[in-house]
Amino acid sequence: MIPSSFSYQRAGSIEEALSLASEHGDDAKFLAGGHSLLPLMKLRLAAPEVIIDLGGLHDLSYVNDEGPYVAIGALTRHHDVEHSEVLARQVPLLAYAAGQVGDPQIRHRGTIGGSVVHADPASDLPAVLLALDATLIARGAGGTREIPIGEFFQGLFETVLEPDELLTEIRVPKPASGAWSFQKFTQRAIDWAIVGCAVQDGHVALVNMGGTPLRAAAVEAALAGGASQADAAAHAAEGTSAADDIRATRAYREHLARVLVARALAEASSRS
Amino acid sequence: MKVDLTVNGKNITADVEDRTLLVHFLRDVADLTATNNGSDTTSCGACTVLLDGESVKSCTVLAAQASGHEITTLEGLATNGEMHPVQRAFHTEHGLQCGFCTPGMVMAIVSLLKENPRPTEEQVRTGLEGNLCRCTGYHNIVRAALVAADAEKVTS
Repeated sequence: MIPSSFSYQRAGSIEEALSLASEHGDDAKFLAGGHSLLPLMKLRLAAPEVIIDLGGLHDLSYVNDEGPYVAIGALTRHHDVEHSEVLARQVPLLAYAAGQVGDPQIRHRGTIGGSVVHADPASDLPAVLLALDATLIARGAGGTREIPIGEFFQGLFETVLEPDELLTEIRVPKPASGAWSFQKFTQRAIDWAIVGCAVQDGHVALVNMGGTPLRAAAVEAALAGGASQADAAAHAAEGTSAADDIRATRAYREHLARVLVARALAEASSRS
Repeated sequence: MKVDLTVNGKNITADVEDRTLLVHFLRDVADLTATNNGSDTTSCGACTVLLDGESVKSCTVLAAQASGHEITTLEGLATNGEMHPVQRAFHTEHGLQCGFCTPGMVMAIVSLLKENPRPTEEQVRTGLEGNLCRCTGYHNIVRAALVAADAEKVTS
């Protein structure tokens, strides 16, 4: 399978990437590691006319301890998130979950920023960052803005970013405790999660239970109200809108959400 | 567009369509056909090559993205007619049946052993999650990886 024709442009700097994006508008797409976008282009589900390759922007690949939070460059690969000593110490949920994305080859190319802006509700890291209450830093012609991750996802593959805005950094506040867990259920390693669940302290986020990654608000409310973990997990499917597809029915996903949330809550509390 | 890659130590410059995938560049332009295009969906790993020393699936990388970088394919592993320890281990441990997945398996294992020279069996199995063998000959492939890890320890 071969993508439809496009013009390939390699950005040498953030400024050049932004100016190419302003020039081409909706016709252009940024390419980071390419492990979400290229498969869609090969299937002709996406056909941008211009590809702006960010692969040369090495200064957007970093993990820095900034005191109250950890700053992660948008082009940091899953492999580097997985093996970051700073994250292993400060945000082990994120380091662990990055190591569960796809397979080693995918983790050598795919980036955390690419995964977030692609906004696939079946991807692992958007939900993990939702559980971690991350803040996203975006740069555009008009300057830089901070976007709380809870306001970032608008729908399937849709975010609040403008076509000429670039996600540059993800800021993850250091969690209050070591109570974390990441659970996902797949048929093969390289598949998207049928359902996944990330827990950090009292926050519970779900993978693939609706058009966007979701916080399991009913579970969180039950926990905050003093419910047992088992009772709280029973609320996992409330407020969700999981799809029926070739891999699973909606009812199956709802059942899986309850099971995985229960496991995640138990594992998180065993760690704290 | 013009791309400029180093493949198995040799510089290759070519004029290709912007949308050319690395796997097609290797097979059709560089004429290196060990790298197989299997699932063509980032699933099977038959097209695995090393990009700057790390395993990647060449069906999901543009030749343009690899321009300026170093690629190693199965053909680039042997030195002076001596098979690489991973290739040797596939031979001694009968690590292949039909052979289609083998180039990708070998390259994935070379990358895995570079990152983790002494993997446990479980680490080999999770390290090969991105590679499918439709003959289902996984046991011998995993054994070959472990034997190669031992051999590399002896020779290094």
